[in-house]
Amino acid sequence: MSKTGNREQGIGNGEPGATPNIQPGGTGIFFKAFLGLLLRDLRVLTREFIPFLLRVGMQPLLFLFVFTFILPHMAGGNPLASGGGPSFGTIILPGLMAVAIMFSGIAAVALPLSSEFGITREIDDRVMCPLPLWAVALEKVCFSAMQSIVAALLVIPMAYYIPAVPVRADVHSWLLLALVLVLASLLAGSLGLVIGSTVSPKQIGLVFSIIVVPITFLGCVYYTWAGLLKNVTWLAVAVLFNPIVYMSEGLRAAVTPGVAHMPWWAILIALVFFTSALGRLGLRGFLRRVLS
Amino acid sequence: MKPLIVEIEALTKVYESKLRVVAVDGIDLELKQGEIFGLLGPNGAGKTTTISICTTRTLPTSGTVRIAGIDVVQHPAHARRHIGVVPQFNTLDRSLTVYENLYYHCRYFGFSHSSARARSLELLSQFLLTERKDVYPAALSGGLAQRVQIARAIAHRPTVLFLDEPSAGLDPQSRMAMWTAVEGLRKEGITVLLTTHYMEEADSLSDRVAIIDYGRVLALGSPEKLKSTFGAHTIYDLKLKSNEGLEAVIASLKAREDVTSAEATPAGLRVIAASSEGLLPDLVQAAARFGLRDLEITEPSLETVFIRLTGRDLRE
Repeated sequence: MSKTGNREQGIGNGEPGATPNIQPGGTGIFFKAFLGLLLRDLRVLTREFIPFLLRVGMQPLLFLFVFTFILPHMAGGNPLASGGGPSFGTIILPGLMAVAIMFSGIAAVALPLSSEFGITREIDDRVMCPLPLWAVALEKVCFSAMQSIVAALLVIPMAYYIPAVPVRADVHSWLLLALVLVLASLLAGSLGLVIGSTVSPKQIGLVFSIIVVPITFLGCVYYTWAGLLKNVTWLAVAVLFNPIVYMSEGLRAAVTPGVAHMPWWAILIALVFFTSALGRLGLRGFLRRVLS
Repeated sequence: MKPLIVEIEALTKVYESKLRVVAVDGIDLELKQGEIFGLLGPNGAGKTTTISICTTRTLPTSGTVRIAGIDVVQHPAHARRHIGVVPQFNTLDRSLTVYENLYYHCRYFGFSHSSARARSLELLSQFLLTERKDVYPAALSGGLAQRVQIARAIAHRPTVLFLDEPSAGLDPQSRMAMWTAVEGLRKEGITVLLTTHYMEEADSLSDRVAIIDYGRVLALGSPEKLKSTFGAHTIYDLKLKSNEGLEAVIASLKAREDVTSAEATPAGLRVIAASSEGLLPDLVQAAARFGLRDLEITEPSLETVFIRLTGRDLRE
């Protein structure tokens, strides 16, 4: 693994004289090639822009509509809200953003990769571009992160207009919001890379049911970690291994700081840790698929 | 002297799994600029593995490959700038149109928008694909898809083009069109390494041919040189009803000057001989006693060279 890793970092760091045919400006083509890959993905995405919006918007839309609009109207009060505490809408706004990030990360990396690695081997032409292989994988993660950020930001206006009691985002630190959004989106893309490079297209549906859905439901999306710690302590400890927890709690700290949340520094450390761990794992899987 | 574009030295690839497979077993090859080189061998001979290593897709177990002087293991990303690949299967980007497949390929190689556009349009007309520029790859026939793949592979003006079994799965007409396309590359001065298990293809397209089997180079040279070095031999395959007492016939055949070898086969008898006028009637007469059912004569070709070298048919 380390051998392939080193070998693939070849661009731009060749020892002088060792390879006479390497023209100067090697780093320039690196960025141009990376840009080329991004442009390709952007072209494919614009062609499917409406499906993209539906894909990332439908779930938070329905969720907000049912739990913060229909149910409160039926019960004459929100059955899911803890008495006197923050409204349920306020609790789930950051959670739904986390889910949006997660799902679009997986949809943007895992699904296309899994089929491109499949029978058609469509990935080949991009793997053969003059970029180190890790950069090809990184491009996938970066592009999915951009989609994730758009998906997360889409949830904010929904949460303002749909619930019976409007939910207001209350950002104190834009820096924290930006950091959490970017890190959470990269994390989702890395998770997508892990899934896309290790799971065959046939099993991808199964992975959704046995991994993606459980980590979402146990990811402090629909409740706070502080609440969990008070009421179901063992679960609060167990979910510390779940990266989605830090995505939800991070967004909670950034978007609705009034709600009890984990300390911001712990969240950032955990997000960085999970992003690099999943990124490494995903890259290893990616290299294994394209290099024999 | 023309510069060397591909240098393969003592290349080996061993797959260590449950079954230890030596796919490439010490191959040395050198390709000069502008030559069309054929790697000829049966399925499983190590052709595709050799190409995969040259194109940075597989790591060798030992040995080196340099493309335009660049070591493909040390500097794969740099080496890829000099490499064009037409893989065995259709790997066109299914989410992009034919034009976009070419356009974005150029962008991956650092072309600006306008030069990528110009190059793509030029290739579309060169490969007679202009009418189909907005079609998606899924709607293309095998031959057309192959043409797009060749156009895409040379779009960034590589120094060397690797064609892996370019005519596999093509109808005869598309195969001829593909040959014409490869011949056209010769004019552009691109070095071409192609693998094939079609003799005619290697014979008519290549300047030089390496015959490989079990991961080793058995013979190397121009098709003409191979045919003359390994004898312009004709192969007679006889199918017989019975082979009792055939040993005596084999012994007497071997005694003849014009016969290089004679041996029993499961179906009957195989005789390899320099072409001679008297042999055929004698053979038929001798075989008549054993119930001659069929006689197949293979004229001197790369195929007979191959059978001579390996003792088996390419299509086995």
